[in-house]
Order: sequence, then structure tokens, then C-alpha cells
Amino acid sequence: MDHQLTAWILAGVQTLVFIAAAPLLAGWVKRVKCHMQNRAAPVLWQPYRDLAKLMRKDMVLAANASWLFRATPYIVFGAMLLAAAAIPLFVVQLPTAAIADVIVIVGFFALARFFTALAGLDIGTAFGGMGASREMMVAALAEPAMLMAVFTLSTTANSTNLATAIDYVLQAGLVLRPSFLFALLALAVVAVAETGRVPVDNPATHLELTMLHEAMILEYSGRHLALIEWAGQIKLMIYAVLIANIFWPWGIASDFTLGALAIGAFVVAAKLALLGVALVVWEAVLAKMRLFRVPQFLGFAFLLSLLGMLTHVVLETGG
Amino acid sequence: MLISLRALSLVTALDLAYVAVLAAVLSGVAALAVNTRRRYVQRIPFLLLGVSGVATVAAGGWALLGDVIATGQLPLGLPWLKWHVRLDPLSGFFFVLLGTLVAAVALYGPRYAREFARASRGFGGTLGAFTAVFVLGMQMLLLADDAFTFMIFWELMSVGGYLLVVYQHEHSANRQAAFLFLLLAHVGALVILVSFGVLAAFGGGFTFDEMRAAPLTPLWATLAFAFALAGFGTKAGIVPLHAWLPEAHPVAPSHISALMSGAMIKMGIYGMVRVTYDLIGTVRWEWGVVVLLLGTASALLGVLYALMQHDLKRLLAYHSIENIGIILMGLGLSMIFLDTGHEVLGTLGLVAALYHTLNHALFKGLLFLGAGAVLHRTHEHDLEHMGGLIHRMPVTAFMFLVGCVAISALPPLNGFVSEWLTFQTALQAASLENGVLRAIIPITAALLALAAALTAACFVKAYGVAFLGRPRSRHVARAREVGPGMLAGMGLLAFVCLLLGVLPTLVIEAMAPLTLMLVQARLPAATTQGWLWLTPISPDVASYSAPFVVLAITLVFLLGYVFLKRGAKPARKSEAWDCGFGGLTSRMQYTSTAFAMPIRRVFGPAWKIEEEIEITKTAGPIPRAQTIRYRLHVSDWSWLKGYVPIGQLVLATARRIGVIQTGSIHTYLIYSLVTLLLFLWIIS
Repeated sequence: MDHQLTAWILAGVQTLVFIAAAPLLAGWVKRVKCHMQNRAAPVLWQPYRDLAKLMRKDMVLAANASWLFRATPYIVFGAMLLAAAAIPLFVVQLPTAAIADVIVIVGFFALARFFTALAGLDIGTAFGGMGASREMMVAALAEPAMLMAVFTLSTTANSTNLATAIDYVLQAGLVLRPSFLFALLALAVVAVAETGRVPVDNPATHLELTMLHEAMILEYSGRHLALIEWAGQIKLMIYAVLIANIFWPWGIASDFTLGALAIGAFVVAAKLALLGVALVVWEAVLAKMRLFRVPQFLGFAFLLSLLGMLTHVVLETGG
Repeated sequence: MLISLRALSLVTALDLAYVAVLAAVLSGVAALAVNTRRRYVQRIPFLLLGVSGVATVAAGGWALLGDVIATGQLPLGLPWLKWHVRLDPLSGFFFVLLGTLVAAVALYGPRYAREFARASRGFGGTLGAFTAVFVLGMQMLLLADDAFTFMIFWELMSVGGYLLVVYQHEHSANRQAAFLFLLLAHVGALVILVSFGVLAAFGGGFTFDEMRAAPLTPLWATLAFAFALAGFGTKAGIVPLHAWLPEAHPVAPSHISALMSGAMIKMGIYGMVRVTYDLIGTVRWEWGVVVLLLGTASALLGVLYALMQHDLKRLLAYHSIENIGIILMGLGLSMIFLDTGHEVLGTLGLVAALYHTLNHALFKGLLFLGAGAVLHRTHEHDLEHMGGLIHRMPVTAFMFLVGCVAISALPPLNGFVSEWLTFQTALQAASLENGVLRAIIPITAALLALAAALTAACFVKAYGVAFLGRPRSRHVARAREVGPGMLAGMGLLAFVCLLLGVLPTLVIEAMAPLTLMLVQARLPAATTQGWLWLTPISPDVASYSAPFVVLAITLVFLLGYVFLKRGAKPARKSEAWDCGFGGLTSRMQYTSTAFAMPIRRVFGPAWKIEEEIEITKTAGPIPRAQTIRYRLHVSDWSWLKGYVPIGQLVLATARRIGVIQTGSIHTYLIYSLVTLLLFLWIIS
């Protein structure tokens, strides 16, 4: 009983840490990117300042906005919060992980996207519609690739629960699985597309014709915008943590002792920092793609995850 | 108290079912008899229909929850073959589904049908009568316990459906759609008859009991299954037999469309489950593969075709094909697992399929009623002329949104639960021996994910273009909210959608008698962790807690309200960003066609696309475009490559045969003589 209580409290703490650390990761990525591009970098906690500023600011709503437009930021943030709660960050065995398995987490992303796209259409401008239409197309192609990669992992671990899957990888030790390699690549490509990074979308630009995600949320301001931006940062963090903790779970705490937790937190921070650098390098060497090249890019991801699945079936379970 | 209890013990679930059937009959009679313009009198048929719906739910719920198998005989039918009826958990489950929809339609109908009564010049009763025939057909075919009764009411359902589709017969397109409906219904019925014929020949009789006992060789069992799949599949609308469905469903009055897409095509699923799991009994994994692949194709093509529609009801009809595909995927997986000795997984697939059947009935019913509400107020079914209805019809907009979220398989509503269960079943493919199946099943699951994501895109389009943004035409801009009765009908379905989404554990527990009857197994682990946690296989493998999801989203709303909204200034209203040019008009919004354009380009070969751009230029040294016309026609391959050639073949054959029809009596006499001689020769 006592153990149970600790676990629930720890789960709450972990979720709070997760959403609190998300802007930091975004700040880190931005800072490293500036360094790489020989620009003066903003301080690491700049995203916090931005969020605080947006929270304080008054809102301007478009004349045509309905209640759906006002409700969307909360739904989006709520969905991301739930997804963050279900993902083990620095400790594995958590009761909240049972609320949602990987498929449900993908469902949360879809829920957030659904409402963001609707909010984009709600205003009745060409921008909103354009963003919504393109975002839904990209998502429709990214989702099967993502699920296929997830299926590869879950058939190996015989579980779609993240905690169980991570446990399985920890127990199995360092084994080279070709299927995991393919799944990792596929998941990385999907992550790039889903979090709106180069080459699918460019988070830094407001150039009209290249926008996907930004076009949908163009009309948001004040605390609504803050919630949406924050949710976007959480989403980036979620993908980073998924990649880090599924493929290299070592270091994550398996029990609730203080030492293990400290190590877990430290290790995951290091992993995320490394992944941030990798993302920056990726974004630096690639250019934004034309919209109708994106299906090929995502088709490639699907092919990778399919290969992962087939190698798993052929090589790893035969005999 | 004691007396009432004793009275209750005399009433059986089957009696309740009779009450439901009788109420449906009376509703039809009342509709014909009561032909006045008095509103409260006009409500009587719908009141009786409502009674029938509630009694249907009660009887079905009783049979399902109480694990009742009640049989009886009606003194009707042929002298040597009375009508056998039987209410068991399977028919009980479909009774609940049908009754809920009928009840919602009875709430919704009075106001909606009044318009038709007014337009019908004294034949206002016929709509109610046809509805009653249609509902009666479905109720009785669920109760039927012999092939004879089943076929009678199967056909009655089709005829009732035909009369309803052709109800607005002033438009020739409606008459054509209705003819197609009737034609395919009869082709389907013939094939079903063959399937029953195989079973009856081996079982030695037409009652289902005798068919259950039929000693079938694998070959004959496969034949019976194949005919049942084709026949019931025609009614359910699986690809490539689906082309009648999007023609017929949208042209019926909207509350009937809800019954058709919600309940009628589910009768195809019922028939398939009844024949395969109950009458044939032992399923084979090869059948499962066929059903799985057909299901995947239906799911994917259904949603792709739906995306290209801009008629709201047609779009919804195409989505029925998609959802039937998802149901079939569950059934196919279930057959594969059952025949390979994985009883629990087979049960899980069956539960997923039936759960989705129920879910689809509810949210598709809701969506059709919503589309009907829009049609009722705006007389508009083209998405391209809608827009901004969320401001004019806020409650309808909310209900429709519930339906959209449910059908797009988003947590925490019901569509997500059943698709999640289907995914979970597919993911257990690793436990199969066959390597090919192990590789194919996850691919079909990924295609299901694609279909689900495209569905979300499609409903963002439908909802966004119809309800959000600015109105695109005058009468849409002036729409008013519909009355309380219609809202109540939608509200009932929306509420049940939410309930089934949040409490999946209770639903699965309630389905245990059904699976025990059909496959002699249940899901032992699904609810072991309490009602909060859904763990279909085991808590380690997968878990989902919908109540927590609802709780968390509510908490975020409350916290946001408390922390962010309190003390903040009310938001200022201003014009949307117009790039500094000013004057945004509703014509600048994305249309339904524009929204789907990226997807049209990516999945190009799935349709036959004809695009035409006409530009007239001004005269002068520098020609400028004066008018630009854009025409787009997207058509269905199954229509062009399947239906049209077969239709032409039939016509050509008929023309050939027609040669012998000379019109002269002498020739006909010779034909008779030759035939007579031929028969004499055969007999001798």
C-alpha cells in the first residue's frame, strides 16, 4: 500500500518534471542551433520567458472564433499532459504508465491534431484551412509508419505498455537487433515530421507558403498560444524520450531509491541533450522539402518500419 | 409487490421481443390510419415506434445480460414449417443495437418527418408505414430460427428499405439508386439462399437447429461460408460489392439513412456471424485470411472514396463501408486465431468486431441524424455551400462533433476502444506458427492505422467545412437550431457513445454470454483490474483506462479555468489576419475539395480523376484570364470496372436471348411443343 502511494506520488512528480523540462529542451535545441549557425544564442531559459510573457498578455480573438477555438488549447495541452504522464522518464514502474499504452499515446497525438486542425478551420481564413489540410495529410502518412515501428517493438517485447517494453529491453541486455535499428530510424523520421521540424516543416519561419503547423495556430494569442506552444514543446520532448528510453533505456531507475532516481534523472537529461544535438545537426544539413516530396519521405519511414517488422519475423523469431 | 414479481416471472425476454414487434406493426398501421394534420395525432406512430425501440432494447438486454436462450414457434408460415423464433445472446446484442437506434429515431422523427408529410399531398402515412415494415423486417430476422423465416424477413427488410429509398421519387437519381438497391438486395438474397441450401441439404431441414447439426465436409463448409460471405457482404457493403450503398443511403430521408447505415448493414454482419460461428460452427483460418484482406481493402478504399465526397450524407455512407471493413478485420483475425488454437485471442477479435459493430451503429446514426438536422434547416447537402453552422446551430454542432471524434477513433470516445481492441488482436500475430501470417497481419494493422488517420482527416474536412468558418451561402447563414425532439434523438446517441467509450470494461463483461455461446470462451483477463482498467489480454501486455483520460482532460480544463482565466481580461474580438489586404470573404476559405487535394494527389491511382480547367482570356496585346472554370470529377473504380461491365454483359446476353422472342404465336407454339417433347424424352 505504501509502495503504491509512493509510486503514484512519484508518477505525479515525474509528469510535472516532464512538462516543466520540455521548454528547457526546446531552449537547448535553439541554443545549439544558434551556435552551429554562428549566431548569438538566447539564454537557455528563454522559452520560459516567452511562455510567461504570453501567459500575461491579453488575448485577441478573431471575430469568427467559436467555443471550439477557445477550448482547443486546453484539449491539446491536456492530451499532451496525458501522453507525458504515461511515458517513463527517469523511472520505469509507474502506475500512470498503465493508463495508456503506445497506441493510446498515438491516439492522444491524433486527438490534439484533430482539434488543432479544426481550430485552424474555425476562423475561416485561407491560412487555417491550408495548414489543416496539409497537417492532416502529413499525419495520415506518418501515423502508419509510427504504429508499424511501435508494432515491431511491441511484438518483440510482447507488450504495448511502455513500462513493460522498457523493462524487457533492460532485462534482455545489449543485443543487436536489426529490427530495432530499422524501427529506430523510422521512428526518428516520424518524429521529425510530427514535431514539425525540417525537412517537413520549419518551426522558425512564418513564411506563408512553407507553413504547416504554424498556419493552423496563426490566430492564437496570449495564454492560448502559450498553451499550444508549450504543448508543442512537450510533444518534442515526448518523441525524444520515447527514442531515448526505448532504444537506450540503460540508466533509468527500476526502483524508488533516491540514488537510482538521481542517476535516472541525470542519465535521461544527458540522453536528451545528445538527441537535441543530433536534431540540430539533422536540421542544419537538410533543407525544407517541397510539400509533395513529404509523402516520399514518410513512405521511406514506412518502408523502414516494414523492413523492421519483416526482419523481426524472419530473423528473430524463426526457429 | 409479490403479485408484480410473479407477473414479471411469467413474462420472458421473448414476450418482450413480441411486444417490440407488435408495437412496430401497430406503428405502421397507425401511420396509415392516422392521416390528419393534427400534430399530436401525427406523433402516435412515432410514439409506438419508440415503444418498439425501448422494448427491443429491453428484450435484447435481457437476453444478453441474463444469458437467456428462449425459443418459440409462431402459428404462421407453411403447414409443415411453422415460424421458429429464438432469442439468444447474439440476437439480443443486435436487438440492443437496433432498439437504441429505433428509439433515437422515434425521438428525432416526428419533427423531421413532418416536412415529408406536408410535401406528400395526403400520403403522409406511407413514410411511417414503410419505416415500420423496415424495422419489423430487421426485428424478425434477428428472431428467426429457421432459414424460411429468416429469408422472408430479410426480403421484407429489403423491400421496406427500397420503398424508403425511393420515397422521394420525384428525382430520377433517387429512382435509379433505389433500383440498384433492390437489385443488389436480391442478388445478395439469392446467394444467401444458396448458402442456406447447402446447410439445409446436409442438415436435413430448414430450422437452424438442424443446420447446426449438419455434418459438413471442409469443402462444403467452405462453400457455405463463401456464399454467406458474398450474400451478407453485399448487404454489409464490402468492397467491391459496395457501389449501391453510397447511392442508396444518402437519398433516403435522414432518419432512415441513420437506420440503414446504423442498423441495416449490421444485419449483414449479424448474418455472417450467425452462419459462420453458430450454424457452421467450426471456422477455418483460411476464411479468416480472406475476411481480413477484404476488410482491409474495404476500410482503406472506403475512407479514400469518402474523402473525395462533398455531399455530406454520401461522405457518411462511404464511411460505413470503411467501418464495415474494420469490423471484418476483427472477424477475420478472430477466425484465424480460433482455428489455430488461440481461443482467447479469437474471442478478443470477435469482441472487437462486435464492439465496433455497436459503436458504428451509434456514431453513424448520430452523424446521419446530425446531417439530417442540417438538411432540415438549410436544405443543403453539399458541403461546399455550408460553413459556420456552429454559430447558428450550436447544439447540433456539438452533437455532430461528438460523432466525428467517435468515428475518427480518438480517445476517450467509443470508436477508439474498438479499434484499439482490433489493434491489440492484430499485435498478437507473433503467437502464430505461420510466418506469412505473422508478417501480413501487422501490415494490415498498419493499413488500419492509415485508414484511421485518413478518417480523422476526412472528418476534420467534413466538420470544418460544414460547421466551422464562415457561411458559404445565404440560407446556411440564416439557419436556426432544430427543435428539442431532434436534439434529444441525437443527444441519446451521443450520450451512449460517450458511455461506451468511457466504460469499455462493463461492455466487454456484458458480452461474455455472447462469446461463451459462439466460441465457448470469454476474455478472462479483460476486467480483472477493476472497471477502471481495460486489459484485454493481460495487464502486462496492454492496458487502457478511459475514465482516467476523461478525468485528466476535465482537470486540465478546470485548472486552466481557475489559473488562467480568473483575473484575466476578457479577450478582445478583432478581425482575423488578412495579410493587410482587408476584406476576407467566405470564398477565400478552404473548400472541401481543396482540403482533400493533397490526399487526392498522394493516393491518385485509387480513383478515376477527371480534372478540367477552362480559361477564357481577354482580347488585347496582353491576354489576361477573364474567367476560370475548374471541373473535377472523381469516380469509383468498382463502379467503372465492376458494375458497368457486368451490367453491359447482362444486357448483351439479354439481347441475344431476345432473338428467340419473335412475337409470332406460331413460333411460341413450336417452342412449347419442343419443350414438351424434350421433357417427355427426359422422363422416359
